[in-house]
Amino acid sequence: MAAASNNQPLLEVRNLRVEFPTRRGTLLAVDDVSFDIAPGEVLGVVGESGAGKSLTGNAIIGLLEPPGRVAGGEIRLEGRRIDNLPYEQMRKIRGARIGAIFQDPLTSLNPLYSVGRQLVETIQTHKPLSAAQARTRAIDLLKEVGIPGAEMRIDHYPHQFSGGMRQRVVIALALCADPRLIVADEPTTALDVSIQAQIIALLKRLCREHGTAVMLVTHDMGVIAETADRVAVMYAGRVAEIGPVRDVVKHARHPYTKGLMGSIPSLGVRTDRLTQIDGAMPRLTEIPSGCAFNPRCTFKGQRCLVERPNLMPAGDTRAACWLHDRGGVGAPILKETVDA
Amino acid sequence: MPDGGADFVRIEGLKRHFDVSAPWLVRKLEGRPRQVVQAVDGIDIEIAKGETFSLVGESGCGKSTVARLVVGLYPPTAGRIEIDGNDMAGRRSRTDMAALRRRMQMIFQDPFASLNPRWRVFDIIAEPIRAFGLSTGKADLEARVAALLRQVKLNPADGRKYPHEFSGGQRQRISIARALASEPEFLVCDEPTSALDVSVQAQILNLMVDLQRRLQLTYLFISHNLAVVYHISTRVGVMYLGRLVEVAPTDTLFRRPKHPYTRMLLDTIPDLEMTGRQRSPVGGEVPSPINPPSGCTFHPRCPFANDRCKTERPKALPIEGGTVACHAIEEGRLPIEDRTYALNT
Repeated sequence: MAAASNNQPLLEVRNLRVEFPTRRGTLLAVDDVSFDIAPGEVLGVVGESGAGKSLTGNAIIGLLEPPGRVAGGEIRLEGRRIDNLPYEQMRKIRGARIGAIFQDPLTSLNPLYSVGRQLVETIQTHKPLSAAQARTRAIDLLKEVGIPGAEMRIDHYPHQFSGGMRQRVVIALALCADPRLIVADEPTTALDVSIQAQIIALLKRLCREHGTAVMLVTHDMGVIAETADRVAVMYAGRVAEIGPVRDVVKHARHPYTKGLMGSIPSLGVRTDRLTQIDGAMPRLTEIPSGCAFNPRCTFKGQRCLVERPNLMPAGDTRAACWLHDRGGVGAPILKETVDA
Repeated sequence: MPDGGADFVRIEGLKRHFDVSAPWLVRKLEGRPRQVVQAVDGIDIEIAKGETFSLVGESGCGKSTVARLVVGLYPPTAGRIEIDGNDMAGRRSRTDMAALRRRMQMIFQDPFASLNPRWRVFDIIAEPIRAFGLSTGKADLEARVAALLRQVKLNPADGRKYPHEFSGGQRQRISIARALASEPEFLVCDEPTSALDVSVQAQILNLMVDLQRRLQLTYLFISHNLAVVYHISTRVGVMYLGRLVEVAPTDTLFRRPKHPYTRMLLDTIPDLEMTGRQRSPVGGEVPSPINPPSGCTFHPRCPFANDRCKTERPKALPIEGGTVACHAIEEGRLPIEDRTYALNT
């Protein structure tokens, strides 16, 4: 949809469902999620804990933790279906075509190997280079991600790096094989604010220079607003709203997105109270019928209680909300409140 | 606003050093020196009754240590803490200390770790009431707990449940109810919302503001999130490596930041207004507090540092209703400019 019409999207996710079989029945953690990522595009995926954003990312890189499994839908990378590949084939794609960056840089690195050894191993897995060539490339990568004294630092171990520097090493690892897509799951959450700004600037620069697309999964709307081209807002396993980041931030159409934006304290305006969405996101075992947001929604109508909305055009974005079903019957369109 | 002498909390020259040396034998055999972390290295704070004073800073700057010192979880290495005219260190008898402790409570960051999983919520909230002997009997205790639960917008029937039956936001409400149980006047809140999702964070912040108005509470609020601090505080202190670099009324701090570190922190706030403002990521990271840089500890990262900054520790100087510890500001080398924010009207 948002991919330029003249070229094929890099990643297509269609009706993705991820479920977890448990003793108390099967939980649907990701429910019918569809989106595209164009080459070179940064798609932000935002939502509160339990919204299914990380699981969507993990499904794409093929690292769902059992017993979680893809129960339906398709994931296509450059037109090729990747959600049903055998483990070994997926392993080759992961790293070569899709890079991954996780939240905690300490657990993403092996504490027993120097960062150089880890980089060289990754490079040689995906590229036909000699050990010396791979080492040169590893040093170049470390320089590129802004590690001072890369020639010396390459032989250091992860514990000798600070949190921000470790996350830079992880980014270098993700970039080893020039992937077309990087799935970054909360890459800045574990870092201090000043380091966070450095890492975001770095990610933005690298993606621009390499033309790498990024799926940026985070709960921090501020990070998304600064980095992403488009954003998908997830709620209870579904996409509540998707669109260009500016439109979603400034003119959110889904009542949940509106509430979410209002609940972020902003500088410049001191309000007495923050907008608050009462209640909490339902547990996966207790997803209400109809629209999953209906118990917390102030605009709900009869239809919202029984019929589940799909994404529909709403202003400049697409929102899964009956308020925007112009031709349909059901929830009243409270125009002044929605567009205000 | 503090009005000379009427401060509810007064902290003077507070220091807390932690000895992180290797064991004695290892030190002797390997000739290693003692190592001391200067977690809090001489800070002065006054908090007036009914105000919210916030401490901000990056991890490791000592803000949580200050919180723990203030409520008496750590004894200070040096300095004085006075609560409503009572010196914390001077009180030695148990009853005296208990009387003072009842008046202040703490809310912790992690609502999963700060509630005993084996206790029912009723007992968690009733514990301070029992410990300080505030209730006259069983019926009174039950009524008090029910009122506390209602005050934090939970159902009195929730008292029968265990903490694991609640979400993160609800648990933080339970923590707040427990903190309010001893009818305190002063709450120390150590990152109370940073483990929560934004929509839940908004609920908790609103609740804290409501409670402050209703019960005339004084807050010491610790956070690394500047937007939250902006929203909730009366005055803000910025900490860097165990020292206060700037203290100012909230509006002044955010509109006319003075210390280069404050300016840097403000630059790191992601821009939700999409003004296209280019963030200037400051290079470098917080140095280790074991070997803090000489002089002004911020000088290795500061674009305005000169030789004096490298050798002489700057003093906190009063300026525009607050204080700032910076040679560049003192000497007028660094102009103070107004910052503008896109107003979201």
